[in-house]
Amino acid sequence: MKKLGLLLIVVLLLAPAVTAQDMAHEPWTCPEGYDGQTLSIFNWSTYIAEDTVPNFEEACGVTVNYDIYESNEAMLARIRQGNPGYDIIVPSGGTVQRMAEEMLLIPLDMEMIPNVANVIPDLLGAAYDPENEYSLPYQWGTVGVGYRTEVFPDGINSWDQVWEHDGPVAWLDDRQTMLGIAHLFLGNDPNTTDADEISAARDYLIDKGGNVVTVAADDGQVLLERGDVDIAIEYNGDILQISWDCECDDYAYAIPDEGSNVWIDNLSIPVDAPNPELANVFIDYILDAKVGADLTNYIWYASPNQASIESGYIDEEILNDPAIFPPAEQVAKLFAIIDVGAEAEELINNAWDELLIFLGQ
Amino acid sequence: MDRQFSLDMKTRWGHMKKSGALLALPTIAWLFIFFVLPLLIVLVVSFLSRGRGGVALLPFTLQHYERTFDVFFIILRRSISLAGLTTVICLLVGYPLAFFISTRRRRLVQQITLFLVILPFWTNFLIRTYAWRILLGEQGTINGLLLSVGVIDEPLTMLNTQFAVLVGLVYGFLPFMVLPIYASVERFNFRYVDAAYDLGANDARAFLRVILPLTMPGVLAGCALVFIPSVGAFVTPDLLGGTRGLMIGNLINKQFGGSGNMPLGSALSIVMMAVVMLSLLVYVFANRRERGA
Repeated sequence: MKKLGLLLIVVLLLAPAVTAQDMAHEPWTCPEGYDGQTLSIFNWSTYIAEDTVPNFEEACGVTVNYDIYESNEAMLARIRQGNPGYDIIVPSGGTVQRMAEEMLLIPLDMEMIPNVANVIPDLLGAAYDPENEYSLPYQWGTVGVGYRTEVFPDGINSWDQVWEHDGPVAWLDDRQTMLGIAHLFLGNDPNTTDADEISAARDYLIDKGGNVVTVAADDGQVLLERGDVDIAIEYNGDILQISWDCECDDYAYAIPDEGSNVWIDNLSIPVDAPNPELANVFIDYILDAKVGADLTNYIWYASPNQASIESGYIDEEILNDPAIFPPAEQVAKLFAIIDVGAEAEELINNAWDELLIFLGQ
Repeated sequence: MDRQFSLDMKTRWGHMKKSGALLALPTIAWLFIFFVLPLLIVLVVSFLSRGRGGVALLPFTLQHYERTFDVFFIILRRSISLAGLTTVICLLVGYPLAFFISTRRRRLVQQITLFLVILPFWTNFLIRTYAWRILLGEQGTINGLLLSVGVIDEPLTMLNTQFAVLVGLVYGFLPFMVLPIYASVERFNFRYVDAAYDLGANDARAFLRVILPLTMPGVLAGCALVFIPSVGAFVTPDLLGGTRGLMIGNLINKQFGGSGNMPLGSALSIVMMAVVMLSLLVYVFANRRERGA
């Protein structure tokens, strides 16, 4: 009787800690047999939650080496010279394609990654890896318009508002993204390699770019913040940054209804990885609803994980921000950039030079 | 025979020692390795084709030069005219300033004013150019001041224009004009002016016929030092010019980053270098005539 009383107290004490959410989700469990093994991760800097790696080490009884890089090119250079021993890398879309073509990636083993079912379907099968043979999404974001709410009190929902705005506008110096948006209007594939279509997109942008004061490398948000432009085409993260910095509602981010560019960073396994099995296990771990949610709650990028979103593990503040998580109908219209090959690359490069020259006339 | 040879070498050695040619060896080696050789590489690359990622590949082609004079001609012309305008403004501002500095009676005043001209070099050029962005911005310092005083009702658009580039270039290169002119005026003997007056010249005539010709070497050196870096300016138009103030330096820079076009960038560089060389020839020629006269 006394024992039962104690048990009751313990249960009562623990009860508030166990919420409905936790009940609904089984914590991720590591498959047997990896005890004592080692996994080496090569990821972008500041791109993981504090407890992601320690939790994995504990769950599988493994040791993780963690190394960071600052650009796709830097990572690519390291792997090209011969993989120094990494099992997991996080390349962006176009880089996945390039690495796959150069035989620098090992195909994923989907048998080992049941949590692939958690990924948002629209983010699977992107043009750079149509069958997800080599990559699964890690985090993602968009290119859209950052604008001054004072100038656009009713918001922006179409690229036409950007083209027709009577005031200074900054474009993003990302040739494939900008030409891709023009291709959307012209009814062409955003990644087209056709010379005439690329010329048409160039002419379309020159025609619509009369209000463009600068084609900014990566500081459109600064121009917006200083009031030098009313609209800046930028990455969502950059516009969010100035909104957080000022803690005000002066700036907003929108993805026009016609569609825009989506960037996806991916989990991949580089060639000659010492432990590809454990790498597949790690990818499955990252795609777990709770793990993915914790990750997003920490780094504030959009999670590709449908289960994380639906389970309610992701903070409301992040989830309800359309700048981070665009609504499904917008996600369906986003296009990813692929590597178009040397010939189209030169056409795009030439078109972009001509555009820059003629915008200033 | 051997003795003769070593004797020859000895006299040659002695000759070289006397003429100081040996002293120039490190400079010549330096110039060859870090200037002539890279220049030759750029020249060769400019005739190659573009490969994936913008690298240079065979076969040889002239297409990049065609493109340079076709598509890029407008920007080339703009760069030359902006650099020319910068040189003229620097001359008009710099000459009186240099004259003012070198004619101060008190050595201390002279030194302080000269010091003030050089002072901006203590701060990084990039930072100083960023400062102009804040000054010229739509909600910048200058607009704020003019608005509050009531001179204007609407903010002036100054940033991201050719005007902003011109301001930035003049600001950045003015000291390069002032210093050589100062050196010239410093050496100028003002008794010549007295002599001109004695011979009945008025102020304007004395300046045009005596002072200006005798300080011409400084003027020419200053013009060359301002014009040459201005034509290839990259940071200033990048930060201040926007789409309307784009210069050839920006387009060359683009060809070497990301997925650019190195052969095209090389061709653009060679053409720009030819422009600079041409203006240097004008300088040398004019200088010779000055000396000859």
